[in-house]
Amino acid sequence: MSQLQISTTVNGDPVEFLCEPDESLMDVLRDRLGLTGTKEGCGSGDCGACSVTVDGRLVCSCLVLGAEAQGRQIGTIEGMAKGEKLHVLQQKFLEHAALQCGICTPGILVAAEALLKENPDPTETEVRYWLAGNLCRCTGYDKIIRAVMDAATEMRGA
Amino acid sequence: MPLDAQHDNHTREFKVVGTRPVRPDGLDKVTGRARYGADMSLPGMIFGEIVRANHAHAKIVKIDTSAAEALSGVHAVVTRADFPAQSDGMVDILDHCMADGEVLYDGHAVAAVAASSKALARKAAALIKVEYEVLPHVTDVDEAAKPGAPLVKQGIESNIVATHEFGHGDVEKGFTEAEVIVERSYTTEATHQGYIEPHACVATLGGDGVADIWCCTQGHFMVRNTCAAIMGMNASQIRVTASEIGGGFGGKTTVYIEPTALALSKKAGRPVKIVMNREDVFRASGPTASSSIDIKIGAKKDGTLVAGQATLRYQGGAWGGSIVDFGAMAAFACYDMPNVKAVGIDVLANRPKLAAYRAPSAPMAAFAVESAVNEMCDELGMDPLDFRLKNCARAGTKSSYGPTYGEIGLEATLEAAKAHPHWSAPLPEGQGRGIACGFWFNFGGQTSSSLNINEDGTVGLSVGTPDIGGSRAAMCQMAAEALGIPYEKVRAIVADTASLGYNDVTDGSRTTFASGLAVINSANQAVERLCERAAQTWDIPAEAVEWKDGAAHPAGANAGNFEPLSLDELAANSGSTGGPISGHCEINADGAGVSFGTHICDAEVDKETGRTTITRYTVIQDAGKAIHPDYVEGQFQGGAVQGIGWALNEEYIYGEDGRLQNAGFLDYRIPVASDLPMIDTQILEIPNPGHPYGVRGVGETPIVPPLAAVAHAITGSCGQRMRAIPMSPPKVLAAIKAAS
Amino acid sequence: MRFEAPETVEAAVSLMAGEPGNAQALAGGTDLLVQLKTGRVSPDLIVDLKRIPSMVAITQEDGGFRLGGAVPAADMLEDDALKAAWPGICEAAHLVGSTQVMGRASLAGNLCTSSPAADTVPAMVAASATARIVGPDGSRDLAVEDVPSGVQKNSLKKGEVVESIYLPPRPARSSDAYLRFIPRTEMDIAVVGCGVSITLDEGGIVTDAKVALGAVAITVQVVEAGAKAIIGSKLEDAALDALAAACSAACKPINDKRGTIEFRTDVAGVLAKRAAKIAYDRAAGVTA
Repeated sequence: MSQLQISTTVNGDPVEFLCEPDESLMDVLRDRLGLTGTKEGCGSGDCGACSVTVDGRLVCSCLVLGAEAQGRQIGTIEGMAKGEKLHVLQQKFLEHAALQCGICTPGILVAAEALLKENPDPTETEVRYWLAGNLCRCTGYDKIIRAVMDAATEMRGA
Repeated sequence: MPLDAQHDNHTREFKVVGTRPVRPDGLDKVTGRARYGADMSLPGMIFGEIVRANHAHAKIVKIDTSAAEALSGVHAVVTRADFPAQSDGMVDILDHCMADGEVLYDGHAVAAVAASSKALARKAAALIKVEYEVLPHVTDVDEAAKPGAPLVKQGIESNIVATHEFGHGDVEKGFTEAEVIVERSYTTEATHQGYIEPHACVATLGGDGVADIWCCTQGHFMVRNTCAAIMGMNASQIRVTASEIGGGFGGKTTVYIEPTALALSKKAGRPVKIVMNREDVFRASGPTASSSIDIKIGAKKDGTLVAGQATLRYQGGAWGGSIVDFGAMAAFACYDMPNVKAVGIDVLANRPKLAAYRAPSAPMAAFAVESAVNEMCDELGMDPLDFRLKNCARAGTKSSYGPTYGEIGLEATLEAAKAHPHWSAPLPEGQGRGIACGFWFNFGGQTSSSLNINEDGTVGLSVGTPDIGGSRAAMCQMAAEALGIPYEKVRAIVADTASLGYNDVTDGSRTTFASGLAVINSANQAVERLCERAAQTWDIPAEAVEWKDGAAHPAGANAGNFEPLSLDELAANSGSTGGPISGHCEINADGAGVSFGTHICDAEVDKETGRTTITRYTVIQDAGKAIHPDYVEGQFQGGAVQGIGWALNEEYIYGEDGRLQNAGFLDYRIPVASDLPMIDTQILEIPNPGHPYGVRGVGETPIVPPLAAVAHAITGSCGQRMRAIPMSPPKVLAAIKAAS
Repeated sequence: MRFEAPETVEAAVSLMAGEPGNAQALAGGTDLLVQLKTGRVSPDLIVDLKRIPSMVAITQEDGGFRLGGAVPAADMLEDDALKAAWPGICEAAHLVGSTQVMGRASLAGNLCTSSPAADTVPAMVAASATARIVGPDGSRDLAVEDVPSGVQKNSLKKGEVVESIYLPPRPARSSDAYLRFIPRTEMDIAVVGCGVSITLDEGGIVTDAKVALGAVAITVQVVEAGAKAIIGSKLEDAALDALAAACSAACKPINDKRGTIEFRTDVAGVLAKRAAKIAYDRAAGVTA
């Protein structure tokens, strides 16, 4: 198996890496680029902990090949805050205690950001269904839903 | 657990405790910077892969590792032969980590390999050839308990390995006095903790015999001691650092991969990283027991409970230790009964060794007892809340497991439930409403902490209990409260095993209680030192100095007329008044204070498909004192939802071949966001006399009531009594059809 | 193992056909990546189809819709004309996994993976959709129900890929619906799936219908007796009961970790009634 040389953009930064043809984008991000904020919970697209965006589209990075990143725009949790300024969602997750262990948090934040870009005024039901692919075992989702709804309100007002 | 009234904490006014500050590790966790088990890399690190058996029970005839060893890039291969012979109680744990000649469950590890890349390690693992002689197996608890059942392992005569009995009075006599008797049988399937972070570690064991382990665990001191015993090492040779932990719920209170990583590292001379994949987490890490329970309760027509008897059969895998005793102890813990007996029977089965899961063993017992109580209420025509208020355990009640209760909050949660708008809300057509109570013992245990006053007046706090859900925030709050300084001035870390005395694992809802107690004691010790420095500065006796609002004050006019010395000032001058100021505490904490909760559940069953939707849910629980109410609510909500998952859809499904059929989040169905309503919470605060601020553990109890509360709501919605958990749609639909 | 991302269909076919070993087409990859990870497939060549413009395009053609073989479900759900014409197809696409999976998974991929429980396949069959298959011998159109040939087996030949799915033009007063049963609200594999497509006359009588069931047999089941039971009706109770009975009778399910034979058989009838009512209301303009 010979490695592929891939040029891509991650969180706005130009990035080049080598990867195996069957290596997932999640493994590339974590093992080759040191972006360990993207988490592996299942490796089969069932938990959402590895959520990233590819050209703005929310995906599980465990279900994307690293090689597919060629020429694409990848967005990860590490790109969410701008310098020292947290994204409203990040701030609301802290204020609402919307995390306990925090392992699902990066994926949920990335997913929630994608939701609010598409639907700035979601209902509780819409938030719940959008995030159905992001498993959280600690919180029972209550405070997560509150934080997302509150962030949406604040972002609409801003 | 006797409660000795040490602390008068009813009237204390708090400044920091009870507020809701942002947690100290929050920023790292919302930005992706927090480092969990699998996020560590070390120079020269290689990757371990574990070879697992696909048989429920088999003799290992031969393991051929030659092809794997010959592969370029492979640095080490280990089998059980690479571990020292065991002579103590750790043998079961090692046996579970690496089979000793006999495979006892589907997914049992038989060998491991370490190679220079993950892909190479997987390739090498596939080259290890294992020859098995397949043996008869049994996975069901009732089948395993029958005479003549296949024996779970060689060298035993029965799969029943222990029996425990608790209770008081004379149940036979009690039942003769009863006017109504309800006698029912219940079953529950095994569930998994379902933490989102798979087990992961990086271990280094050099030729000098010195080892370092980085891992996600609920107890790094436990990892150290267990690995030391298994590897024949001294505890001082192994330093374990707890990573951030991505959920545990009891499932990370033992070791699965750390000894194997050490053995591989020893052989390879390199750091070895092992990360379990999700399938292996389900197959080979701690699920709960599955259970089969018989309940008999008797009452007078006026609703007075006169007798209760439970026989609980739990299987917790192939090694015993199903902790059925906790189930037997907890079964009737909510009730004041003159005659009570609970017998717990520990049964082996060809399944992975059980690990703790949130109030371990209690949810199954509570499902059975609370369901029987709800059936009794129907027989008597009594409101289930009134029945419970009539019979609930109170201060002075002799508990079903022995001790006499001190101040407890069960009655308060029932009164709160009765007054709650949820209980009186009109029930929409087609829905049912259920209620159930839950109990957990709560633990204290061995705990150390250390608190350092920095020269700038800030505080560094070291605790030894991994922070599984925000405990560092609570520790900072308690330290700040005790010192009289702002929360923001305290930073808590989870120290490694070389930096602090021994700490038991974060389990049994002990951390906020016991680690909190140690933190308060550490802070109080630092306050003594601070007062001494003030006394020295003022040249008065230390007893003449008192600490309030973060400063040393002369204690009364006789002590002298001095301006208070703040913590900041005393810290700044510490270099010239005797050096650094710190406090530490080492205790075996007692007086944890039992915990009770009452849950109300509304549900609607789709009568044509048997699918249940939870429409409203309320958790009411006594927290003693909520240090950080957000995280107390979070425990209530998370525990309740885990219980709802257990009630409805989560289960281990074994095939006829003894293999686990649903080892993944696709078919092991934990609740997703769209399955649930908001989970309402009500925190009651009946202070625990065993803690200076009144804390009771809160994490375990919330998973106990939901199984029966959901079952009760299902009965209300569709008329059927579900006595087998999970109440999955095929079962509910079959019950509806059978009745029509 | 090689990875190629050609930019034309011809190049993709040539790569797939020219590979002497195992070649796998990569559309959304939501099944392929899992199979790679678990070692169930180890291809010699992976051909990513998403750089081919026609593979990622939704176009209106002859009154119908042509959906490129790698169009993700998420793109479909952003196409208002498609959603209006084929709400049932779109709701089936919406049920394929999580939001994240919808960002990748395609109708053609769902079809080629040939899981008996695939959500979009009964919906596509009810819609009388066709698959355009291109290969070394040129292109051919095949009824969707003829693509899966068994559990995770399809009728594609060496070197062939599904270039697109075609949804035919809709007569007036036509609509469709897809429902599936799962234990949770999301994230499960269908225990039973049912697609119904309906056309009404001006008086609200069903003049044409197609009913397809998933997860109740090795491949999708077209229930002609079910369609007959509701044609000529206004979905009165008797017609719906006959539809349910026909659907239950058409089931050849198995007992497995997701459901029992009895459960699947019962629920197939229940879902068929419910889906038919939704499709009917949509066709009648009562609901979207």
